[in-house]
Amino acid sequence: MEMRGARILLEALLQEGVDTIFGYPGGAILHVYDELAHVRDRINHVLVRHEQGAVHAAEGYARSSGKVGVVMVTSGPGATNCVTGLANALMDSTPIVCITGQVPTHLIGNDAFQEADVVGITRPCTKYNYLVKDVRDLARVVKEAFHIARTGRPGPVVIDLPKDVTAAKTRFVYPEVVDLPSYRPVGEGEPRLVRRAVEMMVSAERPILYVGGGVVNADAGAELIALAEALNLPATPTLMGLGAFPSAHPLSLGMLGMHGTYAANMGVSNADLLVAVGARFDDRVTGRLKDFAPHARVIHVDVDATSINKNRVVEVGIVGDARLVLRQMLQCLKREVRIEGPPPRESWWRTLDEWRRKHPYAYKRRKGVIMPQAVIQELHRLTKGEAIVTADVGQHQMWVAQYYGFQRPRQWLNSGGLGTMGYGFPAAIGAAKAHPGQTVVCVTGDGSFQMCIQEMATAIQEKVNVKVVIINNNYLGMVRQWQELFYSRTYSEVGLEWLPDFVKLAEAYQAKGLRATKPEELRQVLEQGLKTPGLVILDMIVSQEESVYPMVPAGASLQEMVLEPPDEGEEEPEPRDLA
Amino acid sequence: MNGNGGTRHILSILVENRFGELCRVVGLFSGRGYNIDSLCVAPTPDPAFSKIILTTNGTDAIMEQILKQIGKLVRVLKVTDLNEVAHVEREMALFTVSTPSAGGRQEVLNLVQVFRAKVIDIAPDAITIEITGNQEKVEALLGLLKGLGIRDIVRTGPVAIPRIGAATEASLPRLADFEVPEAESSV
Repeated sequence: MEMRGARILLEALLQEGVDTIFGYPGGAILHVYDELAHVRDRINHVLVRHEQGAVHAAEGYARSSGKVGVVMVTSGPGATNCVTGLANALMDSTPIVCITGQVPTHLIGNDAFQEADVVGITRPCTKYNYLVKDVRDLARVVKEAFHIARTGRPGPVVIDLPKDVTAAKTRFVYPEVVDLPSYRPVGEGEPRLVRRAVEMMVSAERPILYVGGGVVNADAGAELIALAEALNLPATPTLMGLGAFPSAHPLSLGMLGMHGTYAANMGVSNADLLVAVGARFDDRVTGRLKDFAPHARVIHVDVDATSINKNRVVEVGIVGDARLVLRQMLQCLKREVRIEGPPPRESWWRTLDEWRRKHPYAYKRRKGVIMPQAVIQELHRLTKGEAIVTADVGQHQMWVAQYYGFQRPRQWLNSGGLGTMGYGFPAAIGAAKAHPGQTVVCVTGDGSFQMCIQEMATAIQEKVNVKVVIINNNYLGMVRQWQELFYSRTYSEVGLEWLPDFVKLAEAYQAKGLRATKPEELRQVLEQGLKTPGLVILDMIVSQEESVYPMVPAGASLQEMVLEPPDEGEEEPEPRDLA
Repeated sequence: MNGNGGTRHILSILVENRFGELCRVVGLFSGRGYNIDSLCVAPTPDPAFSKIILTTNGTDAIMEQILKQIGKLVRVLKVTDLNEVAHVEREMALFTVSTPSAGGRQEVLNLVQVFRAKVIDIAPDAITIEITGNQEKVEALLGLLKGLGIRDIVRTGPVAIPRIGAATEASLPRLADFEVPEAESSV
């Protein structure tokens, strides 16, 4: 049956199991939006208020569900507004297919109205991109795009779609198979390398399991726990790996890196074997590279060969899907490298336990003001540690990572690699669309929230159950902290002296607005906010010059972490509440 | 970054012959701060594929990254570091040299003979020469003629092809292959 390209696109998306599109219409994509109106019973469309919000929402949808997030925008500025989100998805390996309208093929290169070289602009910030010049290629391109987005190391794919191609007609045939001879992601790891790795893990005296976002992408949480338990391996997740290993599990040392736990950083610095799974030795984790895990041999499991030996030359590099390789390791342990039981490693665990006991996450309470860390602790308590939580970028992000004990993968959504302020709120909307009925909490800052604040309209229109908890300290907190520590307290352009009244703003958007200014109000305001259905904005006025600790200063090694600020204020360390 | 104590490498990249793919390879180099010293590209007998020959400079660690990054590109079928493979290298240069005097012209013609180059254009005060050979040979002739004044020059940069029977799979670690380390006796 002959149909126009616009309809072929939607039929192809339906073949891929797409149920939600995050988008914003415009001239070049109008034919598609016309067709969309006829399939609203089969595909939902979430109308955002800025295309950047569409991409972040699709990211939140994708990361919280494991499905590919779909974006649809128009040409020119619509497409260029997506660049930040695409770069973000590339850095954090999130599967996204982004359809951008384009001017008709005969006008490409003519400086037409709302024309931009989208393929050129997005080439460095996507996993791959396409310009569809012939409607007969469209179905195949969609199938390939989804395949590329979700396989291997997931990432964003752009399909640039000229308007005349969406108008042209052809028969719709959805290909059975994908034919990409030059794209062959590796599945299982090389068996001899797997065997060698297992032998090393059995015999190591001071091993550490270093767990990254790749374990979340591969849905390998169960296999990871099984392996860690079988081999009695202490585990430390990265910022992106939080939840891949439950934080309350006895084997978990807590997050490592720039703002990680003392035990995790000391553990890595003294380990004789580092088993990296789905992690890429990012500079926020390693500190000064030559002093990272200086005594350890390294096993590195990653689906992306370019990550292996990039920052650290390893002894065993296994290219493969995390879940498949972990499964191979478990099989190898069971059938070949048979052991009596988990190696006890008593001396190592004694040391690690001592480190855990000595310096858990802690902060000093200041009288009369809400402590930002306390907000997270209370949030964790009230949601039983089970909510889907998104964050923006900055100090609040680090406090969520430290104080909200994540128990399962795909519960924690944030922008790790690119560190995009503005991500948290639209991502929460996307996650809420993927999990209707569940409460999604976006913890944000007074700076970050303003970056995509226009999406409040989207949240109201979509009636999502999103609670925005603003850690409001009137500052761009993380930058202020760096200026305090490294620039002799020269606060340059970090004071947010002028802020809108977030409660009044919420009400202007027909959302519920609540504010807490005193510690006595914290619990009750959070409780009320969580109980109120729909979009709720909680303005939490917190201590203004609080800093995130521990901190590994830039250029320092993990062992040089600073545990606490210079002594001032009352001594009342608050251990992390994992209950 | 590139160029710090590295050596010259000739890379052979087999890529699907599609709009924008050359740009993608080149963009990868510029995006990651690697330099391309020269580049040649043309379709192979199978019109679906093109071959890019480019030269770059880097340490072993950088070359490993470059090869893996190129290999990761969706439309790249194969990438080979020809430094690791027995190969034959040639470069072609066309250049116009000033010959202000009869004596100067004779000197140029002598050198053309010695280098087995060719004269492809001639005028009262200039000669255009075509030379083919490995990079050293081309550089040598250019060096000798520089004193006379080279008016214009066009170079392909080195291209290379594996010697017949040479192993073409050789390259720095392929995407899925790392050496299995020796099992040690303890710990």
